[in-house]
Amino acid sequence: MLLRHTTSEIKDRTALTVNPAKTCQPVGAMYAALGFHGCLPHSHGSQGCCSYHRTALTRHYKEPVMAATSSFTEGSAVFGGQANLVQAVETIFAIYEPDIIAVHTTCLSETIGDDVNQILQKARDEDKVPKGKYVMHASTPSYVGSHVTGYANMVKGFASYFPVSTGKKLNQINIISGWIEPSDMREIKRIVSSMGIKFVMFPDTSDVLDNPMTGKFVMYPKGGTTIPEMLSTGDSKFTIGLGHWATTDAAVALDNKCKVRFEVGDLPIGLRATDRFIKLLSKFGTASVPESVNDDRGRLIDVISDMHQYLYGKRVALFGDPDQLIPMTEFLLDLDMKPVYIVSGTPGNDFSSRMEKLLANLPEAKYKNGANADMFLLHQWIKQEPVDLIIGNTYGKYIARDEKIPFLRFGFPILDRIGHSYFPSVGYTGALRLVEKMLSLIMDKQDMECPEEKVELVM
Amino acid sequence: MGTLITGRVGHVVTKGLDTHDLVCDKPSIAGSVSQRACVFCGSRVVLYPIADALHLIHGPIGCASYTWDIRGSLSSGPELHRLSFSTDLKEKQVIFGGEEKLYTALCELIDHYKPAAAFVYSTCIVGVIGDDVQAVCKKVEKEKGITVLPVMSEGFQGTKKDGYKIACDVIAKLVGTGDDLPVQPFSVNILGDYNLAGELWMLSEYYKKMGVQIVASITGDGRVKEIRNAHKASLNIVQCSGSMIYLAKKMKEEYGIPFIKVSYFGIEDVSDALYEVAKFFKSEQLEEKARQIVIKEINQIAPQLAEYKNKLQGKKAALYVGGAFKAISLVKALRMIGMKTVVAGTQTGNAEDYKILREICDEGTIIVDDSNPNELSSFVKQTGADIFIGGVKERPIAFKMGIGFCDHNHERKIALAGYAGMVNFAKEIYETISSPVWQFVKR
Repeated sequence: MLLRHTTSEIKDRTALTVNPAKTCQPVGAMYAALGFHGCLPHSHGSQGCCSYHRTALTRHYKEPVMAATSSFTEGSAVFGGQANLVQAVETIFAIYEPDIIAVHTTCLSETIGDDVNQILQKARDEDKVPKGKYVMHASTPSYVGSHVTGYANMVKGFASYFPVSTGKKLNQINIISGWIEPSDMREIKRIVSSMGIKFVMFPDTSDVLDNPMTGKFVMYPKGGTTIPEMLSTGDSKFTIGLGHWATTDAAVALDNKCKVRFEVGDLPIGLRATDRFIKLLSKFGTASVPESVNDDRGRLIDVISDMHQYLYGKRVALFGDPDQLIPMTEFLLDLDMKPVYIVSGTPGNDFSSRMEKLLANLPEAKYKNGANADMFLLHQWIKQEPVDLIIGNTYGKYIARDEKIPFLRFGFPILDRIGHSYFPSVGYTGALRLVEKMLSLIMDKQDMECPEEKVELVM
Repeated sequence: MGTLITGRVGHVVTKGLDTHDLVCDKPSIAGSVSQRACVFCGSRVVLYPIADALHLIHGPIGCASYTWDIRGSLSSGPELHRLSFSTDLKEKQVIFGGEEKLYTALCELIDHYKPAAAFVYSTCIVGVIGDDVQAVCKKVEKEKGITVLPVMSEGFQGTKKDGYKIACDVIAKLVGTGDDLPVQPFSVNILGDYNLAGELWMLSEYYKKMGVQIVASITGDGRVKEIRNAHKASLNIVQCSGSMIYLAKKMKEEYGIPFIKVSYFGIEDVSDALYEVAKFFKSEQLEEKARQIVIKEINQIAPQLAEYKNKLQGKKAALYVGGAFKAISLVKALRMIGMKTVVAGTQTGNAEDYKILREICDEGTIIVDDSNPNELSSFVKQTGADIFIGGVKERPIAFKMGIGFCDHNHERKIALAGYAGMVNFAKEIYETISSPVWQFVKR
């Protein structure tokens, strides 16, 4: 057993993280930057960071992930990374010809105190940035927050840098997407379009990280929010942010810069969170809810009612990022399941207060986020009293295997299965897919393990 | 889009066309989409397979997250190395120092897991904030009575290769500290095999059949106790020269243990690896046994290989791997199954190895150091390669271009070393090249 060392007895750990339920900021910044058309993410730090982040994203998406690095040396660590970054900007525009370079920092460049803003201004002043091209940055120190923070910071960077207010409002809304899959972003666009609402969504990794095979390697795939779209967001009439952790800062920045009012909601995962999303769209996009959306909702509820006897009372452990975990917990409760253990390595006080409210009627539920909220702790809880289902990223497979618990892969990263890039888990159809997956896992286990006389043909 | 960045020209040669020496052993140009990693990564991958040791990463969470159980370095016993431990440094420690957190974490871990030794990896930021990692290690070592070794692998210090060297220095500190393993006359250490997909176990079988004792494997399926006793072996057999030649040289200086450089990829090379060992011990008995193994193994796989050769004749391969020594083996192995290497690149090759690589490649082969996706994809197009052999970041590029791919890096799932490995290799190459999926793509 891989996790044979895990004991059910919980001791206080003050300094140690074992098997983290998070990773560091820059990988989120890189993912966010890939959601802009013609953008090359750039990692201002040592070469390894960039390599690790590209590898992590490649493993999750099974797609080429392009990003450049400042390739810090001992000299840069001592004297600062200015020379590296200025040279990098020149090299990148000359060779890789992106429309945008999105620079993010690392723990190293943050700690030695590189002033990236000033360095990039120097690059612009020295005409290293060709006309019509852009270089912007986000500060993403790895020792603050988590990968979600990095995503939020990069999206905020774009929301601060590009939008322009011309004084003439456009009949469109902005949608700031949280950290979700390309399939989810595609689904959100489908839903909003089906309501006849004009909108700009950013970032948008559909058609970037779910590309069809063409026989050609292209550095900049056709998807991603475009520069004209980004510029126009300053004239939009409203902004909807999806996911508090990932999009609040960006929505605030856009409001501060261009006076675009906003509301941030949960990611539309599950029934009620999607209801709220549709309501927001309907209200601020001034649109009525079309029959197709109502039908999607009706089908979801139909399936739940058909199958609820298999879901009732099932104990679930889940881990991942707060923006996902909050609506997922709510959905599990709506399915009459019991989300008993919830862990997120991403800090933020709202997590506890939201969970407290959601789980008010489930006294046995335990949840923790931030420091020391890791997979080790989750495993200890499970050892104390087992669950029927685990929901989380690939790193849950060790616990699932050791404890023989059905495991639904959901979140980032998923390194050992496909599907997340292509089939959404947001919206009513996404919720239907989640229900289908949970049911299959639970019912497969029952089919394989129940006593022979209890095997049922019809379920 | 231009293919080569100014300053990259020297890093590429086409055999028969260019006359200049290949430029290598240089840090990447800032702004390139390099496929390389950092010093920490180098140290981490070398020490990682030591399965009964504790590996604690002192730094922000990322460095631990990204190296959590990512290599298929199999262990026949303990699997402590597959867990991820981090001090998860926060802003507070960046400002006030992380020594206290490191001390507490180390103590907690040692109490809980009772490891055979502990490695503490220092990351970029630790180098900058100036934690005295060595002092903390020394203190804990004294208090807990187990060996605690600092690995000073700050990422910015150089390339992955420098990280190998730092790891070798750490291993060297363990070597010679034990005297509790009985050693036979024909005894060796295996250096630079990481037991990916259980390859070490295959190789050990050959040596055991010959009557050669393996004292320590450094570091595949590695154990602290064996490494402590490694100085008692008569010979070091070095594979993956990029990572381990430095340790071999060091052990030669300190303990007078000679070394030979071998490769286990391809029939020619693996056979040589067995013969060389026999030759070293000047034992006819060993030589005879090696011969028997070689004949038996080759006879066993020859018909299968011939079949694959028939099917693969004339196919073209592009390869981009870690070190040039592996590239050399691959060129030979590909030739054995009728294939031609049209692109041969490495992340960290040295001048000596590149020279050999250039010698054994055909005219027109593009040889490249520290490449990037743009270059690689244009080389593939230019040469009409049928398959790409590389690592995780190259895989999707190959697939997008509609050609086959074989992972010859740490994500490989099947053993490619030794005789059985050669058949696996041919099989994998054949299966990916002949997959029906490619007919649906316009190339």
